[in-house]
Amino acid sequence: METPAHPAILFDKVSRHFGEVRAVDDVDLEIRDGEFFSLLGPSGSGKTTCLRMIAGFDRPTAGRILLHGQDVSSLPPYERDINTVFQDYALFPHMTVAGNIAYGLMVKGVPRARREAQVQEMLDLVRLPGFGARKPSQLSGGQRQRVALARALINHPKVLLLDEPLGALDLKLRQQMQVELKSIQQRVGITFIFVTHDQEEALTMSDRIAVFHEGRLLQVGSPADIYERPASAFVAGFVGTSNLVSGDVARRMTGSDQTFSIRPEKIHVGPAGEVTAGNMYTVEGVIRDVVYLGLFTRYLVQIDGGSELVVIEQNLKSTSMDVLSARGQRVRLAWAKDHINVLAS
Amino acid sequence: MLTRVSTYLYRRPTLLLALLLGPPMLYMVVVYLGALFSLLVNGFFSIDDFSGVLVRQLTLRTYAQIFNPANREIFFRTATMAAAVTAADALIAFPLAYYIAKFASPRLKTWLLIAVTIPLWSSYLVRVYAWKLILAKEGILSWFLGVLRLTGVLEWVLELPGVGGSSLSLSPLGMFIVFAYVWLPYMVLPIQTALERVPASLLDASSDLGARPARTFRSVILPLSLPGVIAGSIFTFSLTLGDFIIPLALGNSKFFIGQAVYSYQGTGGNVPLAAAMTMGPVVIMILYLLLARRMGAFDAL
Repeated sequence: METPAHPAILFDKVSRHFGEVRAVDDVDLEIRDGEFFSLLGPSGSGKTTCLRMIAGFDRPTAGRILLHGQDVSSLPPYERDINTVFQDYALFPHMTVAGNIAYGLMVKGVPRARREAQVQEMLDLVRLPGFGARKPSQLSGGQRQRVALARALINHPKVLLLDEPLGALDLKLRQQMQVELKSIQQRVGITFIFVTHDQEEALTMSDRIAVFHEGRLLQVGSPADIYERPASAFVAGFVGTSNLVSGDVARRMTGSDQTFSIRPEKIHVGPAGEVTAGNMYTVEGVIRDVVYLGLFTRYLVQIDGGSELVVIEQNLKSTSMDVLSARGQRVRLAWAKDHINVLAS
Repeated sequence: MLTRVSTYLYRRPTLLLALLLGPPMLYMVVVYLGALFSLLVNGFFSIDDFSGVLVRQLTLRTYAQIFNPANREIFFRTATMAAAVTAADALIAFPLAYYIAKFASPRLKTWLLIAVTIPLWSSYLVRVYAWKLILAKEGILSWFLGVLRLTGVLEWVLELPGVGGSSLSLSPLGMFIVFAYVWLPYMVLPIQTALERVPASLLDASSDLGARPARTFRSVILPLSLPGVIAGSIFTFSLTLGDFIIPLALGNSKFFIGQAVYSYQGTGGNVPLAAAMTMGPVVIMILYLLLARRMGAFDAL
């Protein structure tokens, strides 16, 4: 595929300050055309403000936002070729489902017959055929979500923004919608920018992820990059669970004082004194707590001369009886040397 | 003891409901609907033309009198005034209510709402007579227009038939100004409440989908706040229809419905006709609400 001349969205030193509060602070960001991009961060990290600035509901106090190379920083939302799926869906309660979906076309003055044909297409795309005559109040959360998606996609925007659209759905429906959103994105080929605080959601769906914290952009990368090579302690802790090893324990292993992170599922638990291969780091400790989670078990291990580490082991052979009786036992933890991720200090 | 009462009522929700709703329902049915019904019935009685004695025999003669030319004119005049006042109040109230609901900070919102309702703290009579002074021939308004060298415009307006009069304080135009002023809070508050309930995300969504502000107003804000406008217009329209103080204070010899009712039941001694005339506004309001519903004003409720 040919690389397009301009990225879909480019943030050029963008800041949004509300008085003293730096909601977004000096962010440079490039979102490629056609990718599924997630803005990930805890609440108040600035990800939603970034989204609102892309949509045009908010304007940067400094810097520029470019849409396919064109500076849109001071264009109102109705002059940007961008559409949004809102967190609360924001469906017009006084219009039918079809009326909602057709709204963008009606505003543009598309003739009724063509509007109706496209609405039918969209209802098929989001798997709601025959729902056109209903009112939003007659739909379930998942169905409203699809209508909101159809209403945005019918305009064939250059970029589609999704503001935590799955937050209000229950787990099963959310997982189903994640798969569906991803497949719709691949079918329509539009750049999706997805805001979420759910790291699992971001990892599942995204081509690339940007992690935000306190208004700053910490790291941009593919899900594997972010998960396996977090650039900072915050990213390591926010995306998945991570153990940070520092001080004496770290020096004994790597010969350096630098903190490194190790993922809980990479750690192997064995009996104390067990002999391990040479390419492993090992440390002994006491199991302080055991949480049996069905598919796997989470151990909290207090390591000698150091902190507590979280370890996750799949319950391949063990039963709940086996794992729960492990509390208080001395164990040896081991992990492969190349599984650690040394953090920049 | 109190706990036992609560527990007793908890087990008998119907009794609790009856206790809570009983008194207001009783009041509504007996005092309010009862009075209305009595008016309706009284309209079917008549007055003996010679003796002026009440004849308690059901007849349509009294209701037919509403339709004689003089009374028809009164109805037409009053309804036109009510419609004009309602339209003017809606136009003045909407931007104000919109600002209060969507832009004002919580602090400013409180102050603006107090400012809107403060006039209601003082007697309506006082305010009407204050306006009479403002609008009088030697009053502050004509003085101010004189300063602006607009006295000629005022004189021209006062000469317009059906609008003007000898002075602003004795003209339909003056009445219109005072009506629009006294009922304004009743229009602002329902519209503000309705706008308050329109989520900001809907306005964002409309704009996001390509609608300019005028389109968003027409397609989203107005339809969603229409129940508030209708509620406000019920107040302004019916209050104007029934009022007799303002026409008395600022009007000329041409009657409004309220004045007609007042004089028929008092000096005129014709209670049946007064009752029949009172049913007029009731019927007009019912027709208005049916029309509003038909036009979809309540679809967003």
